[in-house]
Amino acid sequence: MQSDQVLAELLDRYRDTPGGLLPLLHAIQDRLGHIPPDSVPAIATALNLSRAEVHGVISFYHDFHSDPRGRHRIQICRAEACQAMGSRLLEAHAKAALGIDFGETTVDGAVTLEPVYCLGNCACSPSVRIDERVHARVSTDRFDALVAGLRGGGAGK
Amino acid sequence: MNTRFFVPRDTTALALGSDEVAVALGAELASRSLAGDVVRNGSRGAFWLEPLLEVEQAGQRLAFGPVAAADLPGVLDALQGVPGEHPLCLGPVDEIPWLASQQRLTFARAGQDDPLSLDAYRRQEGFRGLERALELGPQGIVDEVTASGLRGRGGAAFPAGIKWQTVLDTPAEQKYIVCNADEGDSGTFADRLLMEADPYQLIEGMIIAGLAVEATQGFIYLRSEYPAALGVLNAAIAGAEAAGYLGDDIGGSGRAFHLEVRVGAGAYICGEETSLLDSLEGKRGMVRTKPPLPAIRGLFGQPTVVNNVLTLAAVSTVLARGSQYYHDFGSGRSRGTLTVQLAGNIRRGGLVEIPFGATLRELLEDFGGGTFSGRPMRAIQVGGPLGAYLPEPQWDTPVDYEAFAAIGAMLGHGGVVVFDDTVDMGAQARFAMEFCAAESCGKCTPCRIGSTRGLEVIDRIIAREAPAQNRALLNDLCDTMESASLCAMGGLTPNPVRSALAHFAEDFG
Repeated sequence: MQSDQVLAELLDRYRDTPGGLLPLLHAIQDRLGHIPPDSVPAIATALNLSRAEVHGVISFYHDFHSDPRGRHRIQICRAEACQAMGSRLLEAHAKAALGIDFGETTVDGAVTLEPVYCLGNCACSPSVRIDERVHARVSTDRFDALVAGLRGGGAGK
Repeated sequence: MNTRFFVPRDTTALALGSDEVAVALGAELASRSLAGDVVRNGSRGAFWLEPLLEVEQAGQRLAFGPVAAADLPGVLDALQGVPGEHPLCLGPVDEIPWLASQQRLTFARAGQDDPLSLDAYRRQEGFRGLERALELGPQGIVDEVTASGLRGRGGAAFPAGIKWQTVLDTPAEQKYIVCNADEGDSGTFADRLLMEADPYQLIEGMIIAGLAVEATQGFIYLRSEYPAALGVLNAAIAGAEAAGYLGDDIGGSGRAFHLEVRVGAGAYICGEETSLLDSLEGKRGMVRTKPPLPAIRGLFGQPTVVNNVLTLAAVSTVLARGSQYYHDFGSGRSRGTLTVQLAGNIRRGGLVEIPFGATLRELLEDFGGGTFSGRPMRAIQVGGPLGAYLPEPQWDTPVDYEAFAAIGAMLGHGGVVVFDDTVDMGAQARFAMEFCAAESCGKCTPCRIGSTRGLEVIDRIIAREAPAQNRALLNDLCDTMESASLCAMGGLTPNPVRSALAHFAEDFG
């Protein structure tokens, strides 16, 4: 399906949902991988908002992004419980191993690296989330093994 | 009856490989032509033992853990012989000291069964509170909750009954129940565990809240960092609707209550209730000024109960067992049980629900068993990223709201994060400001600008640039943030900063 068809379908679905902007943005991003900047005027019209309001919401939340991302998302927890178990080292290792900083995507388009503040797995830190799955007690070796699985084009599970 | 095998589907269990264990178990049973049912239960919260395999034979549940797929052939062999001789055998699950010495009220059902089984929920007192609520009527329910002494479990500990009374007394065409499931504090996972292990308890509590204040619509605002909880909640809501517990006619009573999960988008501030309401309305999660209270003008401008997951879940117990039963637990103004989460550098981490009265040291030693690294503990942060860092002399403080307030700390949502002696407290203080700068909603100046300036000043202190002047400056800045911020984000960020400076001064340059 073309992305403008997807957008039209989703706008129809959420047009009348009270407070529907967040569910709509989640749905767009789930389907298209990001929220294309040129979709903002249509979103604004459908929800009777200004373009500034829509842009304001997209830019406020860490989850939403306007640029295309990698095939997999790796989030490294930066919060205190993980810090207590060496997440600062893991974070540095991940950036070096992938050759990217937070918010960036590897050149092969496989992985986007993001920070996250708590995955609720704090008794078995440090925690890393890859797509929909959380991994516990992630050492640097374990991180490398997980990334190797993604690079093969696998499903990150 | 077939032997039943329980393999948790909780986030932490999954993160430690429980899916792989469940798949391998099914294959191993098939290859041995053994009859057995693999049940995916929630977790009991003994995360240090996950994946925890339980085997139910002759009415007893034997526990093995932590189990990897490769251990399964040996475990199944042992079950044919003397199970207790297997090195991973922990004995009957109810007799594991870490669990047996707890007093589970809110988490009594957690990990017992398939979280989506309505039959299992009903077998264990499920929906008894709802039945009673339907008999009592709105004021009767509110009176029960008030008499129980239940206080908000999100962090602020506000009496739930008073909040509910306000909403009940405010006339409106439409009222709302909002469950704050934006559990953003590092070191906390109690809400997540409950939603994944016992979702019907939360749903029941929300229905009761709706009946109490005459609200017909509820929302669970769930953080996007909890994908497994989302799946369980949506399935549980569908199950409750199909069984007639949700919808236009709850249990044939003619009363209506509808429930929907809304997913956040990665913003710590949305755990603050007014910011959460803005986010639910589809806006930036900006903190609102109070008054008006959400109880009077909340979601979409209507009277709204906003309570934490554990508060709403506890309501089921309060109604099922009566307010006196709940009130009889606890001491002083801290009623009910204490839920803490042992996290960070801890050997036996997980969820602990016990009577109020234990000291922090007892929790750390008796339940926690020391650090994961084996090194000495140095600092404990209680109450999330806005909680104080406590040095060793303060660990004898009883863990309750008042005792913690008396030493300038807070219990918050009950997260206990342990750091060993390799921690750099200068870096921790710096992170507190960095986190506030990243997560501030930006509405008020002390929080938005103060956090960035605070970061810069701490960097100068660590670099030994005019340390005396910069400490004085940081102190002034913390005063300003504490007294002039709109909400707890800016107002409490000085807690970890000041406690780190006061108790661990040697780490600052």
